Amino acid sequence: MTKSSTVDERVKNAGLITKVLRRPEFGAFLGAVAIFILFATTDTTGNFANAGGIAGWTDIAAPIGIVGIAVALLMIAGEFDLSTGVMVGTTGLLVGLLVTEWHLDIWSAIAIALAFAALVGFINGYVVVKTKLPSFIVTLATFFVLKGANMAYTKLVSGSVRVTGTDKAAGFDTAEAIFASKIGESGFQISLIWWVVITVVATFVLTRTRFGNWIFAVGGDANAARNAGVPVDRTKIMLFVTTAVAAALVGVMFVLRLRGMQAGQGVGQEFYYIIAAAVGGTLLTGGAGSAIGASIGALIMGMAYIGIPFSRWDSDWTSTFLGIILFTAVMINTYIGRKAKGGKK
Amino acid sequence: MTKEVNALELKNVEKSFGSVLALQGVTLEVAKGSVTCVLGDNGAGKSTLIKILSGVHKQSKGEFNVAGNAAVFESPRDALANGIATVFQDLATIPLMSVWRNFFLGNEIRSGFGPFKFLNVKKMKEITKEQLLAMGIDLRDVNQPIGTLSGGERQSVAIARSVYFGANVLILDEPTSALGVRQSGIVLKYILAAKDRGVSVVFITHNPHHAFLVGDRFYLLNRGRMLNRFERDNVQLEELTKAMAGGAELEALTHEISVVRG
Repeated sequence: MTKSSTVDERVKNAGLITKVLRRPEFGAFLGAVAIFILFATTDTTGNFANAGGIAGWTDIAAPIGIVGIAVALLMIAGEFDLSTGVMVGTTGLLVGLLVTEWHLDIWSAIAIALAFAALVGFINGYVVVKTKLPSFIVTLATFFVLKGANMAYTKLVSGSVRVTGTDKAAGFDTAEAIFASKIGESGFQISLIWWVVITVVATFVLTRTRFGNWIFAVGGDANAARNAGVPVDRTKIMLFVTTAVAAALVGVMFVLRLRGMQAGQGVGQEFYYIIAAAVGGTLLTGGAGSAIGASIGALIMGMAYIGIPFSRWDSDWTSTFLGIILFTAVMINTYIGRKAKGGKK
Repeated sequence: MTKEVNALELKNVEKSFGSVLALQGVTLEVAKGSVTCVLGDNGAGKSTLIKILSGVHKQSKGEFNVAGNAAVFESPRDALANGIATVFQDLATIPLMSVWRNFFLGNEIRSGFGPFKFLNVKKMKEITKEQLLAMGIDLRDVNQPIGTLSGGERQSVAIARSVYFGANVLILDEPTSALGVRQSGIVLKYILAAKDRGVSVVFITHNPHHAFLVGDRFYLLNRGRMLNRFERDNVQLEELTKAMAGGAELEALTHEISVVRG
C-alpha cells in the first residue's frame, strides 16, 4: 500500500483555489474585507480603523459572536434556537435578583444562572427530539414564556422593570474583572478575549472531535447518522444546552458591566445571532457551516454598527444595511458552495 | 451441499402489522461467504424482510438464527454488534460530509486521553484511502464531500465501510435500483469483492439481471411469501426473469398486449 500512504499526485492539481472556495466562511471573509474597506474610506471621524474604533466594533461583535457561534453549531445540526436573545435577559435578571433580593454572593448567582440556562436548554432540546416538533416552534414558545416571565417576575420581586445595584454584591470585583473589564488604553473589552477563545475552541470541536463530526452528520442526514450509530438525540440536546449557556454567559457579562439589567434586555437579539451564523456560511438546512464564519458574521455586524454613524449616515438605516448584507452573503455563499461542489459528477 | 452452519437463517418467519400479514412462512438460508439474492417486485415484502434482518423489527413468528444461534435483536445496533450491517438505499451516507468522515462516522479513531480526545484525521484519511483502494475504488481525494461522488461510488463506499468495520453479513437494500448501467456495474463488482473477503451478502433487488450476475442462490419473494428458490448451477437468466415477472402472469400479459397491438 505505498500509494495510499503518500499523497496522491493528482490532489495537487485539484487546486488550492477549490480548497479555499470549499471553506464555508470564505464568502463572509470577503464580505468582511469589503465592508471594512467601505467604512474605512467613508469614515469621517478618522477613528474607524484605529485601535479605539476597533475596540468599539469588536465590543459590539463579541456578544453577538459568542452566542452566534453556539447558534451556528446548533444550525449545523439542523435546528434553530429563537430563545437565545431572551435568555441573555433572563440570566442577567436572575443574577441581579439573586444578589439584590436574596443577597447571594455574585459567584453563586452566576453559577445558578448558568445552571438555569442549561436546564432551559435541556428542556428545549428534550422537547424537540421527543415530540419531533420543529425547533422553530418549540423555542419560539420558550422565547415568549421567558419574555413574559422576565417582565412579570422582575416587577413582582423588585417592583420595577429593572434590577440595579449588582455591584454591591460580594465578589463583584473579581467577577467584573473576569467577565466585564477593559484591557489596555484603547478600551478593548475582555469579552473580546472570551469571543476569540470560544471561536478557537468551537472550531477545534467542530473539525477535530468526534462530537463535531456528529454535529455535521446529524444536520446532514439524521437518519443516515442514526444508521451509522450516532446518538442523534443526545447530540441535539447538548447543542441546545450550549446555545442557552452561551446566551447566559453574555447575560452575565451584561449584568456585571451595566451593574443591572432591564427586563426587556436581549429580546430581538436572537435574530442577530442567526444572521451572524447565516452570513458566516452556516446552512439553514443544516449539515454545513463553521464557527469562524459565525465570528466573521458578528464582526461584520459590529463594523456596521460603528461604521454607519462614523460615516455620518443615518443610523436608522443600520437594520436595512444588515438585511441587505444578510441576503447578499447567503446568495454568495450558496453560489460558491455550488461551484465548489460541482467539481466532479 | 456441505452441512456448514448458515451465516443467516430464517425458518417459517411471519410478520404481521395488526391484521396485515406482511410476511408469512418465509424461509431463507444464507450460506457463509456467498451472495444470496432476494428478488421481489414492489410490495412483495422486501422492506419488511430487511427490517427483520437488520434488527428494526422483530418477527411475529418463526425462527431467526445468526451463525446457528437464535438472534434477539432489539435495535439495529444489536444487529451491528453481531456483525450484520445493512446498507440502506438512500440512507447510507451524508452528502455534505467528506468521504473519510463518512467512512468513519460512528467509529471515529481518536487520540489523546480523558476529555481531551481528538480525531486522528491523518490516520483515518490513510485508512479510508487504503480500504477503498483494496475494494478497487480509487478516489482522487478523500476530502471531497461524498455528495460529489456518483451514486454507485457512494454505495460502494458504504459497502467498503461495513466490510472494514467487521461485518460478516452485509444486507444491501436495492443498491442498484437508482443507478445507471455503468454505475450498477461498479456496485456489483464490490459485492463480489466483499464476497471474496469472506463476507456473506444478502442482495435485495427487483432486477433479475443484476442478481444473476453476482448471486449464488436466488429467492423469489412475492406477496409476503417465498415462492421459489434457485441455486446458481441449475437456473438460467430467462427462467429467473420469467419467474420474477410472475411466469404465467407474464404470458397472459404478452397475449393481451399482442391482441391490442394487433
